[in-house]
Amino acid sequence: MRYAETGYNLEIDLATGNIEKVETDPKLLETHLGGLGTSVKIHWDRVPPETKPFDPENLLIMSAGLFCGTPAHSANRTLFTFLSPQTNLLAYPMMGGFLAAELKYAGYDKVIFRNKAPKLVYIWINNDKVEIRDASHLKGKGALETQELIKEELNEPRAQVAAIGLAGENRVFVASIEQSRSSSSRGGGGAIMGDKNIKAIAVRGTKNLYLANGAKFMEQLQEVTDYIKFRNANPIPKVMTILSGIGSPQEMKHTDEKWHTESFAWGNARERRKSFWTEEVEESWTKLQLNTVKRLISCYNCPQQCGGLIDYKGVPAYMMKCFSKLTYAMGAYVDDLNFSFKICKQAFEYGVDSFSTPQILAFAVELYEDGIFTDKDFEGCPTDKEGRFFWLLDRLARREGIGDYLADGTYWAARRIAADRGDTRTLAYDHNTTKKHEQMNIKLGMLDPLYFLMYGTNEKLSITQIEGNWPQMPFGKMEDRIEFVKDWPQLPDEKFKQYFLDWEPRGEMGNPYYPTPQIASEIVDWMEQLHNIDDALGICAGMSSFCLKPPYHVHVFPKLISAATGMDVDEDAVKKIVNRSRNLHRAINILRGVKREDERPPQDHWKHRFPEIEENLLTTYYHYKGWNYDGVPTKERLHELDLDYVADELQRRGVLKDEQN
Amino acid sequence: MSKIKKKVKTIKIDADKCNGCRACEIVCAGFHSTPKYDIINPARSRIQVITHRLKNIWLPVFAGEYTPAECMGRDIYVIDGKEYEECAFCRATCPSRDLFKEPDSHLPLRCDMCEDDPPQEKPLCVQVCLNDVLIYEEREVEVGEEESVDLAEVGLRSLIDKHGFDTLVDTMVRIAEKG
Repeated sequence: MRYAETGYNLEIDLATGNIEKVETDPKLLETHLGGLGTSVKIHWDRVPPETKPFDPENLLIMSAGLFCGTPAHSANRTLFTFLSPQTNLLAYPMMGGFLAAELKYAGYDKVIFRNKAPKLVYIWINNDKVEIRDASHLKGKGALETQELIKEELNEPRAQVAAIGLAGENRVFVASIEQSRSSSSRGGGGAIMGDKNIKAIAVRGTKNLYLANGAKFMEQLQEVTDYIKFRNANPIPKVMTILSGIGSPQEMKHTDEKWHTESFAWGNARERRKSFWTEEVEESWTKLQLNTVKRLISCYNCPQQCGGLIDYKGVPAYMMKCFSKLTYAMGAYVDDLNFSFKICKQAFEYGVDSFSTPQILAFAVELYEDGIFTDKDFEGCPTDKEGRFFWLLDRLARREGIGDYLADGTYWAARRIAADRGDTRTLAYDHNTTKKHEQMNIKLGMLDPLYFLMYGTNEKLSITQIEGNWPQMPFGKMEDRIEFVKDWPQLPDEKFKQYFLDWEPRGEMGNPYYPTPQIASEIVDWMEQLHNIDDALGICAGMSSFCLKPPYHVHVFPKLISAATGMDVDEDAVKKIVNRSRNLHRAINILRGVKREDERPPQDHWKHRFPEIEENLLTTYYHYKGWNYDGVPTKERLHELDLDYVADELQRRGVLKDEQN
Repeated sequence: MSKIKKKVKTIKIDADKCNGCRACEIVCAGFHSTPKYDIINPARSRIQVITHRLKNIWLPVFAGEYTPAECMGRDIYVIDGKEYEECAFCRATCPSRDLFKEPDSHLPLRCDMCEDDPPQEKPLCVQVCLNDVLIYEEREVEVGEEESVDLAEVGLRSLIDKHGFDTLVDTMVRIAEKG
């Protein structure tokens, strides 16, 4: 009997149409838990580093987390892993919604796709019955529209469907995979799905999922439930509204956007507008949002309500969440929230990443305004800001005209345009990417050691899913700091309280000198670990790693994992498992070419940079992680994590040399 | 017929507050598994959230009585401009649909308000709903004495309806002979 996991993966060879239900090795639960952990292991085992993202051998794995389908609140993440066409690294964007649990009830932990289908298909997984079905009638349909059409066609309103839109079909590097109110956005999973000719994956499951000790699990879970109630009744004082609660940022609920609109940069991540949020703006935005968000909605088994059902005049109903409410408006320099509600529907139907895409469109506008793109390039484009963005979005999704450049993201677009037109000025417009991936639109003053490490080193490449448990900035008043640390049960160690008490807004106990490289490494390592646990269990980061004082934390997980699986794990054991997965992931990306010099946040994120401190931060952090100067896990570290086979491979390929250890 | 006092257990459903998370389904399925919570399968839940997200419909419905025959007609409700599918509000385990049936055996499921020993303070779905969609209320009413319903009998009757009396008896005999 398998507990918490189903013990089966679905293996689909799209070229031959062969479908197999394969029992998985029970040992993998002990060594990698599930979700991201076990998916990374499959990629390591089966996808050699020579593989390119659009090769048939690039696996696309759709995975549920270990806790998905169990009564654990907010365990609803569906995680896609694949070699990203944009970064050429192993990407792992995930989404909430309802699919992961359904997949578990259908009897599978993962669906592993290999090769490419000869024509556009969709996959219908209905318990043991799995079909590859013709999708030619869905070609060109929107990612949201497709979900509804498939449910109708199958006459199964309870099926959960993940689908791509036109952008995915056209292998746009920032194409997303959309499902219900959620989206697996970062890194271009939609392009890989489109390359494999999969329009959608529909799932319905009515089978049992077993827990080793269900009663015990519920008893442990009660602690989490009680804390959710406590936190919902007690928002954290002294921080921005958006950071005060639990769940993903409650963008559909909160109307106060002073912080986002004034702290983050507009356009192609260019400038902050520090006096944007006037009374007039607040009044019109608030009124519109309250009239437009018809209902606040959740993902599977989550009491929070981070999503909204959008009912906007003239636009068919759709669902929205998080920062997409602002990204297009800010990218386009449009001060009117009406624009967001209009363009998001179009963007979601095309299926593109709401984080990268607006920056790419703004990049195109800059190139036009600065005369690199010509009137001919923009022929037919409306002249108003809103119309221009709609037009550019359309070009990007269709890869038409200049859209073919834009579809590759700012990094590749800048290089291809420079090469095609012999104009290297373009390169400077790609100023906000790390490892070829668009980053948060930050323009701040002082180098932040924690964020430097998080932007630079994590495999996720998406800051919002690395940070979380540590406050974004120090508190000015000591009394507020004392109050904050008083009740902080989530900490792995009491010493972190002192770190926070000592952290000053400026001076030698403030950024960039403090937290010191050693302390910064400890804090970042702890936060990364939380994210890695969440990603293995399929828990929403909003209820755990991406949240101040969350209901799930390092002291809760071992008890829940033990009760669910029947394994007896403590905090050290869980830490070791996720460190193992992280180092394996690191090894994959190192073999795919990640270098120390790639691990840098964009140069203009902070006005004041300190090259020596930054070098020291990186060296200290690498050392803390058990990596050598180049960021490669050492033989000793890999041995500690039972990854000797990885050390052997790194040595065999000449990435790890004896003298470096 | 003599009158007796009966406690009526009610769950008030404030469907406008439902965020569609289905935690009620999960806990219900777990609570009714043996041993408790060792098996999770919302398809076995005695509460189902009928969901049409884009139509703004999230409607928790509890499993009611088994019925061997479907209604002669169908109702479609339009409330506040939202059209609810036929039978949306109906609690019956009915041949017209697969709602409230065990997925394997197709035996009918029925909400028992989480009868338990010792008794639960509230049904589990109510306990787990943190958005106050499900509100538990008890009240006393006077009713005529009634025969208690035997759940095994309800189950057997549904099997008789499905397979016929003779087939069921033959099957029972065969199972008994096998030991």
